[in-house]
Amino acid sequence: MQDPSTGPLATQATSSFTEHLQRSRPELLPFNQSLPAGMVPSSPHATTIVALTYAGGVLMAGDRRATMGNIIASRHIEKVFPADEYSVLGIAGTAGLAIDITRLFQVELEHYEKIEGTLLSLVGKANRLGAMIRGNLPMAMQGMAVIPLFAGFDQVSGVGRLFSYDVTGGRYEEQEHHSVGSGSVFARGALKKLWKPNLSEEAAVAIAVEALYDAADDDSATGGPDPVRQLWPVVYTVNRAGNRRVPERDLAAIAGAIVESRAIAGREA
Amino acid sequence: MTQQFYVSPEQLMKDRADFARKGIARGRSVVVISCADGIALIAENPSPSLHKIGEIYDKIAFAAVGKYNEFESLRQAGVRYADVRGYSYDREDVTARGLASVYAQSLGAVFTAEQKPFEVELAVAEVGLAQEQDHLYRLTFDGSIADENGFVVMGGLADQISDVVSAAWEPELNLAGAMRLALRALATDKEAEALPATAVEAAVLYRASESHRGSRRAFRRLLPEDMTRLLTEES
Repeated sequence: MQDPSTGPLATQATSSFTEHLQRSRPELLPFNQSLPAGMVPSSPHATTIVALTYAGGVLMAGDRRATMGNIIASRHIEKVFPADEYSVLGIAGTAGLAIDITRLFQVELEHYEKIEGTLLSLVGKANRLGAMIRGNLPMAMQGMAVIPLFAGFDQVSGVGRLFSYDVTGGRYEEQEHHSVGSGSVFARGALKKLWKPNLSEEAAVAIAVEALYDAADDDSATGGPDPVRQLWPVVYTVNRAGNRRVPERDLAAIAGAIVESRAIAGREA
Repeated sequence: MTQQFYVSPEQLMKDRADFARKGIARGRSVVVISCADGIALIAENPSPSLHKIGEIYDKIAFAAVGKYNEFESLRQAGVRYADVRGYSYDREDVTARGLASVYAQSLGAVFTAEQKPFEVELAVAEVGLAQEQDHLYRLTFDGSIADENGFVVMGGLADQISDVVSAAWEPELNLAGAMRLALRALATDKEAEALPATAVEAAVLYRASESHRGSRRAFRRLLPEDMTRLLTEES
């Protein structure tokens, strides 16, 4: 604990957890390391995330596969997380770093809330995440990039909003829908055809699962629904009431319906 | 050249303790009560924004009396300690006992080494799955720490309020019952039978918040309207 008796405490105080770590425990930050020259051994990579807005909110979905070169590193990985009560984030890229950055971001938001007694604004949260991704730039230049997708409910304007990032921490607000990761091109194609204004929440969840299905169809690094192991995408919705994880049972029914409709069509997907 | 007069260590410590006690005795009181639904924290506080009660971590809350700037800096330091610990180990590894002992060290160091001791008294509360697993720690200005059973009362009229609470406290109290008891106890030096809900700041650490409220964060601040609704419930 910072000794309250030392120094001008008030001027040192910060409501940012990352800044506090940078000052007192820099070794705990997931980035902030200088790597020696050389090749980084291959490590698990997380893949496709899709997000789309619907009437009264926004949702995010991710498949369950992590790959390491041609090997499936994990079939169970979860890549979409609640950031706080009113926002979620999904991650693509180097899984080890991405999961730590997610954890840091979650603590960052909660820490601010506890110190200040109020929530950060949605754009404030999006900017903090951008700063973390920029902090990871040296690692990205070594081939360990982390690309998040951030979505949340803006309590001031009362709508769901969506933010994408580039590897340098640039933040871009997206309209309607967006996707990141290796299967994102295929998922984007599906979303463009399936998304409509004023979707209901159920329809939006089904579209997200179908977009991931299309991504998995053409991208070997994206996992499709797995009825053998009963694995379905992770889907979070965010609306005025906060975030909610869509139950496995609902996802199993939706994934089952998609597979069935495609099988009945009996064509090349 | 001026020469310092000799002051015996006993006298020095006694002066510091008297000074701190006087500061705390001026403040309004805080009651922390463990009950069947969780832990209720109630402070007599007319300000809706300058809090005496705060969230530290998932299951841990903080309550204080005394000088605002001093306990606020301690609260923030506590949040930093808990968040760093939870981030570097795991969320489960943040305990009220660990936090209380760090607070005790800070308070003790300030009491002996600084110009003036902190004029504060703190309570650190951790809600458990069962009531026997609740922890209530009370920390005084000199760094001494006490593990309390059932409830903690701090502030100017701590002794009188404590008598009222201990006469009526029982582990089976529900949240509304605990709040009523606290409001009645905090009104001991006043004309009224009990304090109105608008004169207090209240919060609760809910027991088993994961299954009942869908959140691992057990802390919840109760607004005056929440309090009014709670108090009109049948006990």
